[in-house]
Amino acid sequence: MSVAARIRAKLEAALPIERLEIVDESHLHAGHAGARPEGESHFRLTIVSDTFAGKSRVERQRLVYDLLAEELASDVHALALSTRTRDEDETTRSPS
Amino acid sequence: MSEIATQIKDEIDQSDVVLFMKGSPVMPQCGFSAMVVQVLSHLGIKFKGIDVLQDAELRQGIKDFSNWPTIPQLYVKGEFVGGCDIVREMFESGELMELMSSRGIDVRPQ
Repeated sequence: MSVAARIRAKLEAALPIERLEIVDESHLHAGHAGARPEGESHFRLTIVSDTFAGKSRVERQRLVYDLLAEELASDVHALALSTRTRDEDETTRSPS
Repeated sequence: MSEIATQIKDEIDQSDVVLFMKGSPVMPQCGFSAMVVQVLSHLGIKFKGIDVLQDAELRQGIKDFSNWPTIPQLYVKGEFVGGCDIVREMFESGELMELMSSRGIDVRPQ
Protein backbone atom coordinates (compact mmCIF):
# COMPACT_ATOMS: atom_id res chain seq x y z
CA MET A 1 0.00 0.00 0.00
CA SER A 2 1.35 3.44 -0.85
CA VAL A 3 2.03 5.90 1.94
CA ALA A 4 -0.83 8.11 0.74
CA ALA A 5 -3.24 5.15 0.79
CA ARG A 6 -2.09 4.26 4.31
CA ILE A 7 -2.69 7.83 5.46
CA ARG A 8 -6.17 7.77 3.97
CA ALA A 9 -7.05 4.39 5.48
CA LYS A 10 -5.90 5.40 8.96
CA LEU A 11 -7.71 8.73 8.98
CA GLU A 12 -10.91 7.32 7.54
CA ALA A 13 -10.93 4.50 10.07
CA ALA A 14 -10.49 6.87 13.02
CA LEU A 15 -12.49 9.97 12.11
CA PRO A 16 -15.85 10.80 10.60
CA ILE A 17 -14.51 12.50 7.49
CA GLU A 18 -16.52 14.70 5.17
CA ARG A 19 -13.70 15.37 2.73
CA LEU A 20 -10.05 14.38 2.60
CA GLU A 21 -7.51 15.65 0.11
CA ILE A 22 -4.03 14.20 0.06
CA VAL A 23 -1.50 15.94 -2.13
CA ASP A 24 1.96 14.47 -2.52
CA GLU A 25 4.32 17.44 -2.72
CA SER A 26 7.49 15.38 -2.57
CA HIS A 27 8.60 16.47 -6.02
CA LEU A 28 8.84 20.05 -4.72
CA HIS A 29 11.40 18.87 -2.20
CA ALA A 30 13.46 16.47 -4.31
CA GLY A 31 17.04 16.47 -3.09
CA HIS A 32 16.22 18.21 0.19
CA ALA A 33 16.93 16.66 3.57
CA GLY A 34 14.25 14.08 4.31
CA ALA A 35 13.27 13.59 0.67
CA ARG A 36 13.31 9.97 -0.44
CA PRO A 37 14.19 8.96 -3.99
CA GLU A 38 10.90 7.07 -4.25
CA GLY A 39 8.91 10.16 -3.24
CA GLU A 40 5.98 10.06 -0.79
CA SER A 41 7.87 12.02 1.85
CA HIS A 42 6.10 15.41 1.82
CA PHE A 43 2.32 15.60 1.97
CA ARG A 44 -0.32 18.30 2.20
CA LEU A 45 -3.61 17.22 3.74
CA THR A 46 -6.94 18.96 3.86
CA ILE A 47 -9.25 17.26 6.30
CA VAL A 48 -12.85 18.35 6.72
CA SER A 49 -14.49 16.74 9.73
CA ASP A 50 -16.89 17.86 12.42
CA THR A 51 -14.72 16.04 14.91
CA PHE A 52 -12.64 19.25 14.98
CA ALA A 53 -15.52 21.38 16.29
CA GLY A 54 -14.69 23.03 19.59
CA LYS A 55 -11.01 22.08 19.35
CA SER A 56 -8.15 24.57 19.06
CA ARG A 57 -5.82 24.51 16.08
CA VAL A 58 -3.13 22.84 18.16
CA GLU A 59 -5.56 20.18 19.43
CA ARG A 60 -6.76 19.43 15.89
CA GLN A 61 -3.27 18.94 14.52
CA ARG A 62 -2.17 16.86 17.51
CA LEU A 63 -5.13 14.57 16.87
CA VAL A 64 -3.99 14.02 13.28
CA TYR A 65 -0.32 13.72 14.21
CA ASP A 66 -1.20 11.06 16.80
CA LEU A 67 -3.12 9.01 14.24
CA LEU A 68 -0.21 9.21 11.81
CA ALA A 69 2.60 8.88 14.36
CA GLU A 70 3.95 5.73 12.71
CA GLU A 71 4.16 7.38 9.27
CA LEU A 72 5.75 10.53 10.71
CA ALA A 73 8.37 8.43 12.45
CA SER A 74 9.26 6.60 9.23
CA ASP A 75 8.46 7.63 5.64
CA VAL A 76 6.79 10.99 6.10
CA HIS A 77 9.17 13.89 6.55
CA ALA A 78 6.66 16.74 6.32
CA LEU A 79 2.93 16.97 6.75
CA ALA A 80 1.18 20.26 6.02
CA LEU A 81 -2.29 20.26 7.52
CA SER A 82 -5.48 22.17 7.02
CA THR A 83 -8.09 20.97 9.51
CA ARG A 84 -11.63 22.34 9.23
CA THR A 85 -15.16 21.62 10.29
CA ARG A 86 -17.87 21.46 7.63
CA ASP A 87 -19.03 24.98 8.53
CA GLU A 88 -15.53 26.40 8.30
CA ASP A 89 -15.02 24.65 4.98
CA GLU A 90 -18.15 26.29 3.55
CA THR A 91 -16.85 29.69 4.63
CA THR A 92 -13.41 29.02 3.18
CA ARG A 93 -14.73 27.90 -0.16
CA SER A 94 -17.51 30.41 -0.70
CA PRO A 95 -16.47 33.45 -2.71
CA SER A 96 -15.96 36.51 -0.53
CA MET B 1 12.46 17.37 34.16
CA SER B 2 15.28 16.23 31.88
CA GLU B 3 18.26 18.49 31.26
CA ILE B 4 17.14 19.30 27.72
CA ALA B 5 13.60 20.10 28.89
CA THR B 6 15.02 22.47 31.51
CA GLN B 7 17.11 24.14 28.83
CA ILE B 8 14.03 24.58 26.59
CA LYS B 9 11.98 25.91 29.49
CA ASP B 10 14.69 28.49 30.21
CA GLU B 11 14.73 29.63 26.58
CA ILE B 12 10.98 30.15 26.35
CA ASP B 13 10.93 31.90 29.73
CA GLN B 14 13.77 34.24 28.85
CA SER B 15 12.49 35.55 25.51
CA ASP B 16 8.96 36.67 24.66
CA VAL B 17 8.93 35.11 21.21
CA VAL B 18 11.02 32.03 20.48
CA LEU B 19 11.11 30.10 17.21
CA PHE B 20 12.61 26.62 17.18
CA MET B 21 13.61 26.20 13.56
CA LYS B 22 15.92 24.57 11.05
CA GLY B 23 18.70 26.97 10.22
CA SER B 24 18.98 30.56 11.40
CA PRO B 25 16.55 33.44 10.85
CA VAL B 26 19.01 34.84 8.31
CA MET B 27 19.53 31.52 6.58
CA PRO B 28 16.65 29.10 7.17
CA GLN B 29 17.39 25.55 6.03
CA CYS B 30 13.80 24.52 5.42
CA GLY B 31 10.86 26.12 3.62
CA PHE B 32 8.50 25.72 6.55
CA SER B 33 10.90 27.46 8.93
CA ALA B 34 11.52 30.16 6.32
CA MET B 35 7.78 30.81 6.08
CA VAL B 36 7.42 31.48 9.80
CA VAL B 37 10.49 33.74 9.79
CA GLN B 38 8.93 35.65 6.91
CA VAL B 39 5.63 36.13 8.77
CA LEU B 40 7.33 37.30 11.96
CA SER B 41 9.61 39.65 10.01
CA HIS B 42 6.66 40.99 8.04
CA LEU B 43 4.93 41.88 11.31
CA GLY B 44 8.13 43.39 12.67
CA ILE B 45 8.13 41.03 15.65
CA LYS B 46 11.41 40.56 17.47
CA PHE B 47 12.10 36.90 18.12
CA LYS B 48 14.83 34.54 19.10
CA GLY B 49 15.52 31.83 16.52
CA ILE B 50 17.00 28.60 17.80
CA ASP B 51 18.53 26.27 15.23
CA VAL B 52 17.68 22.68 16.14
CA LEU B 53 20.04 21.36 13.46
CA GLN B 54 22.94 22.40 15.68
CA ASP B 55 21.94 19.98 18.41
CA ALA B 56 20.44 16.52 17.84
CA GLU B 57 19.31 16.30 21.45
CA LEU B 58 17.43 19.58 21.15
CA ARG B 59 15.89 18.54 17.83
CA GLN B 60 14.24 15.54 19.50
CA GLY B 61 13.87 17.30 22.86
CA ILE B 62 11.65 20.08 21.53
CA LYS B 63 9.36 17.54 19.88
CA ASP B 64 8.91 15.73 23.19
CA PHE B 65 8.61 18.95 25.16
CA SER B 66 5.79 20.32 22.99
CA ASN B 67 4.25 16.96 22.14
CA TRP B 68 4.51 18.10 18.53
CA PRO B 69 6.33 16.02 15.91
CA THR B 70 7.45 18.72 13.49
CA ILE B 71 9.62 21.81 13.28
CA PRO B 72 9.27 24.84 13.23
CA GLN B 73 7.59 25.53 16.56
CA LEU B 74 6.62 28.98 17.79
CA TYR B 75 6.40 29.95 21.45
CA VAL B 76 4.99 33.24 22.72
CA LYS B 77 5.42 34.15 26.37
CA GLY B 78 6.17 30.55 27.21
CA GLU B 79 3.07 29.27 25.45
CA PHE B 80 3.14 26.94 22.43
CA VAL B 81 1.35 28.59 19.50
CA GLY B 82 1.91 26.01 16.76
CA GLY B 83 3.89 25.16 13.66
CA CYS B 84 4.00 26.50 10.13
CA ASP B 85 0.37 25.82 9.13
CA ILE B 86 -1.05 27.35 12.30
CA VAL B 87 1.16 30.42 12.15
CA ARG B 88 0.21 30.99 8.51
CA GLU B 89 -3.53 30.57 9.18
CA MET B 90 -3.37 32.86 12.22
CA PHE B 91 -1.43 35.45 10.23
CA GLU B 92 -3.96 35.39 7.39
CA SER B 93 -6.93 35.73 9.74
CA GLY B 94 -5.31 38.49 11.81
CA GLU B 95 -5.30 36.31 14.93
CA LEU B 96 -1.53 36.32 15.15
CA MET B 97 -1.39 40.08 15.51
CA GLU B 98 -4.19 39.93 18.08
CA LEU B 99 -2.33 37.28 20.04
CA MET B 100 0.89 39.30 20.05
CA SER B 101 -0.89 42.49 21.07
CA SER B 102 -2.81 40.73 23.82
CA ARG B 103 0.51 39.42 25.19
CA GLY B 104 2.03 42.90 25.15
CA ILE B 105 4.40 42.18 22.27
CA ASP B 106 5.35 44.97 19.93
CA VAL B 107 4.02 44.49 16.40
CA ARG B 108 5.21 46.83 13.68
CA PRO B 109 3.98 45.65 10.30
CA GLN B 110 6.70 46.35 7.73
